[in-house]
Amino acid sequence: MPWSKPFVFLLCLTPFGLLVWGAVNNDLGADPTNEITHQTGTWALRFLLASLAMTPLRKLLGSAWPIRFRRMLGLFAFFYATMHLATYVFVDLGLYWPQVLEDVVKRPFITVGFAAWLILLALAVTSTRGMQRRLGRQWARLHKLVYLAIGLVILHFLWLVKADLREPLIYAAVALVLLAFRVKPLKMLRH
Amino acid sequence: MSYRYKQPKPSEITPESIYKRRRELLKAAGFGATLLPLSPSLMADSEEGPQGSAIKASKSPLSSDLEPNSWNDITTYNNFYEFGTGKGDPARNAHTLQAKPWTVTVSGEVDEPGQISLEDVMSTFPMEERIYRLRCVEAWSMVVPWVGFPLAELIKRFKPNSRAKYVAFKTLYDPQQMPGQRRAVLPWPYVEGLRLDEAMHPLTILATGIYGRELPNQNGAPLRLVVPWKYGFKSIKSIVSIELTEEQPPTSWNLAIPSEYGFYANVNPEVDHPRWSQASERVIGSGFSLFGNRRETDPFNGYAEQVASMYKGMDLSRHF
Ligand code: HEM
Repeated sequence: MPWSKPFVFLLCLTPFGLLVWGAVNNDLGADPTNEITHQTGTWALRFLLASLAMTPLRKLLGSAWPIRFRRMLGLFAFFYATMHLATYVFVDLGLYWPQVLEDVVKRPFITVGFAAWLILLALAVTSTRGMQRRLGRQWARLHKLVYLAIGLVILHFLWLVKADLREPLIYAAVALVLLAFRVKPLKMLRH
Repeated sequence: MSYRYKQPKPSEITPESIYKRRRELLKAAGFGATLLPLSPSLMADSEEGPQGSAIKASKSPLSSDLEPNSWNDITTYNNFYEFGTGKGDPARNAHTLQAKPWTVTVSGEVDEPGQISLEDVMSTFPMEERIYRLRCVEAWSMVVPWVGFPLAELIKRFKPNSRAKYVAFKTLYDPQQMPGQRRAVLPWPYVEGLRLDEAMHPLTILATGIYGRELPNQNGAPLRLVVPWKYGFKSIKSIVSIELTEEQPPTSWNLAIPSEYGFYANVNPEVDHPRWSQASERVIGSGFSLFGNRRETDPFNGYAEQVASMYKGMDLSRHF
């Protein structure tokens, strides 16, 4: 499938394209800033979950192809998380951007979001083949941090809603299923 | 629909686009600008203009000269959990609300308890236009040209007695009409309350319309409270009951999360919400621009001069 990678790449860019299209056409509702924050945050979480789904998918299908997409999906999670952060700082806060420093210290939901973003940054920077080779065994240990990141993002989401927890709980359930595949006894069931 | 009050002539109803450009138009008034037909560019986007029956309203000195948000902003960006928790849900779902006929029960510490129908409300109280900024506790704001009348006028008619210290309000409870009430996101029905002096303050109104039209369902039809110096959640919608009480009444968000939402809920840039800052607010309708969507939040949402004295001696970080 030589075209599968470019195809998936374009597919992953579609939500971003739709947001740009919506912003240009002023079609993002009464509060475009919040809409972009929500969309980019949600897509960052979805791509993170998608990249976490590749290993279990390989096991289930007994085929290696899902692993070829794992890095790309993870990098897209970082891309959307970065757009999310940039929207908050430059568009939402705007001239009040120094407030983000206060937020990171004072608002637990931002603190955990920021911690998650730092992890994604570290994983993105070390995602190249070269880095993988250079870090050797350390690389696998470092990239286990993705489990912490997904936990922090879900905490971030649960913490920011006012009263309706349904949506973050659905993502939490998906994350739990994906993490359950990593637990030893379940792994053995698969072999 | 029949109205006992005089219907305005179409020429008396200001189209929203002209409304928004009033200041420029006033300058150009010598050229008869208000009679110009809407230019195609103004009508080009798919946004619908004000809809619904017109209400005649006079200007009020208590109004502001802020530039109102568009009809579209005001009627598609709503927090009204009775119709769903998303901002767009009320506009999609509120068509099931039967705003007519409607009666409000006034009870409690009053000498003449009773009911009043919406028609009586409309024919009894002279309607005024009040352009207020609405500051949501979620740190955004928009400017709404309300049509309404002072709550004090209605309360006086039912003759509060000397025990009346507070006013308790209740939204309709009917999960058939309000599907959001089928899930216990908040304790239903939605209840709110004011101290009597707050309720009698001339800035406090019961709104029946926006943009010179009757309230759309998603904005709290047919009758809602507007208290401009408090966070938006105090301004309870679709009111069916007003009760004068001796004790401070329970309020919904305070019942749901007491550590985050107090009884007073005065707009206060100095007292942050436990999870976010209240120092500034995102201005809805300023579109999407880098560095241009935010303003500093004013104490009491800009009404400190008129209302701060009511809270003299109170620790506002405790009574948030
Ligand atoms: C410093 C880093 C971050 C900041 C400052 C930040 C800030 C925010 C803000 C302000 C909101 C919206 C709150 C509201 O409803 O008004 C939000 C929502 C959200 N964020 Fe973040 N965030 C950060 C990192 C992340 C990361 C790394 C992810 C995912 C990988 C993420 C995922 C989400 C999700 C899923 C939502 C909810 C979207 C929704 O309501 O539908 N955030 N974030």
